[in-house]
Amino acid sequence: MMDAPKIVTTRPLLIARNVSKAYGDVQALSDVSATVYPGEVLGIVGESGSGKSTFLRSLNLEETPDTGSYTLDLPDVQGNLFDLDRYARRMLCATKIGIVYQNPHLGLLMKHSSSGNVAERLLVAGERRFSVLRDKARDALDASEFPLERMDAPPIELSGGMQQRVQLAKAIALEPALLLLDEPTTGLDVSVQALVLDTLKKLQQERKITMVIVSHDLGVIRTLSDRVMVMRRGKVVEQGLADQVFQDPQHAYTQQLVHAKL
Amino acid sequence: MSLKSLTKDWEPMSYGFLDASAKREIRRKTLKAIAVPGCQMPYASREVPMARGWGTGGLQVSCTLINPKTTVKVIDQGADDSVNAASIRRFLARVSGAPTTTDTLKADLIQSRHRIPEEVLREDQILVLQVPNPEPLRPVQPNMSIARQMHADADYGRMWLQLYEQIVRSGRVMQGASYPSLVHGRFVMTPSPIPRWDVPKMHMAKHLTILSAGREKRIHAVPPFTRVEPLVFDDVPYRVEEHGDLTCTRSGAKGYFMNEIPQPDGTSTYEVSDSELGVKTIRSSEGETIDIGQTWYQNGEMAQ
Ligand SMILES: Nc1ncnc2c1ncn2[C@@H]1O[C@H](COP(=O)(O)OP(=O)(O)O)[C@@H](O)[C@H]1O
Ligand SMILES: [Mg+2]
Repeated sequence: MMDAPKIVTTRPLLIARNVSKAYGDVQALSDVSATVYPGEVLGIVGESGSGKSTFLRSLNLEETPDTGSYTLDLPDVQGNLFDLDRYARRMLCATKIGIVYQNPHLGLLMKHSSSGNVAERLLVAGERRFSVLRDKARDALDASEFPLERMDAPPIELSGGMQQRVQLAKAIALEPALLLLDEPTTGLDVSVQALVLDTLKKLQQERKITMVIVSHDLGVIRTLSDRVMVMRRGKVVEQGLADQVFQDPQHAYTQQLVHAKL
Repeated sequence: MSLKSLTKDWEPMSYGFLDASAKREIRRKTLKAIAVPGCQMPYASREVPMARGWGTGGLQVSCTLINPKTTVKVIDQGADDSVNAASIRRFLARVSGAPTTTDTLKADLIQSRHRIPEEVLREDQILVLQVPNPEPLRPVQPNMSIARQMHADADYGRMWLQLYEQIVRSGRVMQGASYPSLVHGRFVMTPSPIPRWDVPKMHMAKHLTILSAGREKRIHAVPPFTRVEPLVFDDVPYRVEEHGDLTCTRSGAKGYFMNEIPQPDGTSTYEVSDSELGVKTIRSSEGETIDIGQTWYQNGEMAQ
């Protein structure tokens, strides 16, 4: 039995249009457009080097594309976000967007406590009560199914799966409008991968967080996504509802991907 | 017209040791520092006949401010008579002809390493603090270019995180000296390695404080009547060293910041760290009429 289809009546939360980015001769992104509705999960799949991470970093405003626009339908957030200055970007990302990187070293302070990593997000947003920091960090770690007895252990002493949970807790601590996940399970043991995916799925169902998840692993995308975007060499080759794309892939490259997986 | 009429006579040494252009730069940077409280201003930091790290930053500011009528006091961790304090005091007197004193009340200019005197400073007094590390963000951001951006953005989350980590690890804030403090609600500064005991003295103080780092080439300032608020969580109060109940074994002074003197039997005795306050207390108890000024702390508590 298939899940009942989501009926979309709202305005999109995220609209990215014609995003292009070149690194010297390498065209990492060419004319990538995407639309994500509130509460929806967009999965981006494609082989390594296809520009997935570059696109996600652009959505996190870490990267400024050469051309293109990016809007978020949020109170007090207007215009093309790529035009924001450094300070406005920082404040927007610090409060409204959460990100989980493939490499935990990018997202975490490895020698600070895990709870401190989560607390930093709250501190940047202006929380100045120690007890509230503790409580909220604990709640976020708990929601990420992190073992709370280890909440003050530094990530460097934790397994890869646990580090990803700390990143996740940090990303959701402020209830972000948008959660970005860059290969969150790549590099983990298969059994651990499944557990982390379960947590993500649970979070998505309980909190209806809007997510963009990137993976080269079709299985991961399939498990989580409502909508799928297939990328190759910086271009979008196919885009659509997950079930459509997986059951009836239109583009030869997608067909190849889907069949290789079966 | 001869060359001689266009140039000044050669002098073996400028007044106050530094040449006029060096002083002009320091004055300009000091004014900027006063105009933007707590913001670090880079300056050239000239050579003075003393090794970097021994108070060259403070010395340059003192040399710039001094004139033949300035009464100078120099202290090193509270003491007027340490070798370093005595050397700097003699040097300043020699290059400027200025009178020196050990009495806080009589000084116009006080150069200090790591302490603020216990007697309340007045509007007409200037405190120059020697600073080894002016950058409070250094422990969290070794890249100074990024640190400057963080100051510009008032991006101090990492500083708070340090405090969070200390409480999680040790149950309390471990930061002893150099307690990071928010100046005028805008810039976080390190108040040089003064003890926590001294930080509240800066808050809304009547005197001007100039903090100067010679090796790191930075000046920052706390103008009179400026808020200086140590970073603290709303529910974890700021605490000063527990010296309020200690008594100085030499002078009997009580309720001030003390130096701990370990004893052979494992116990400790204490001496008041502000040595001149100790001397004054002894002399007045011996019957001399001594003018002891009002102190910031009374009965071991910061007066409001
Ligand atoms: N910072 C960078 N500098 C130069 N080239 C880059 C940079 N980031 C990505 N690239 C190039 O852009 C292309 C897309 O990279 P990326 O977005 O990381 O792909 P993916 O995440 O799909 O594996 C690759 O050819 C990569 O080498
Ligand atoms: Mg990638």
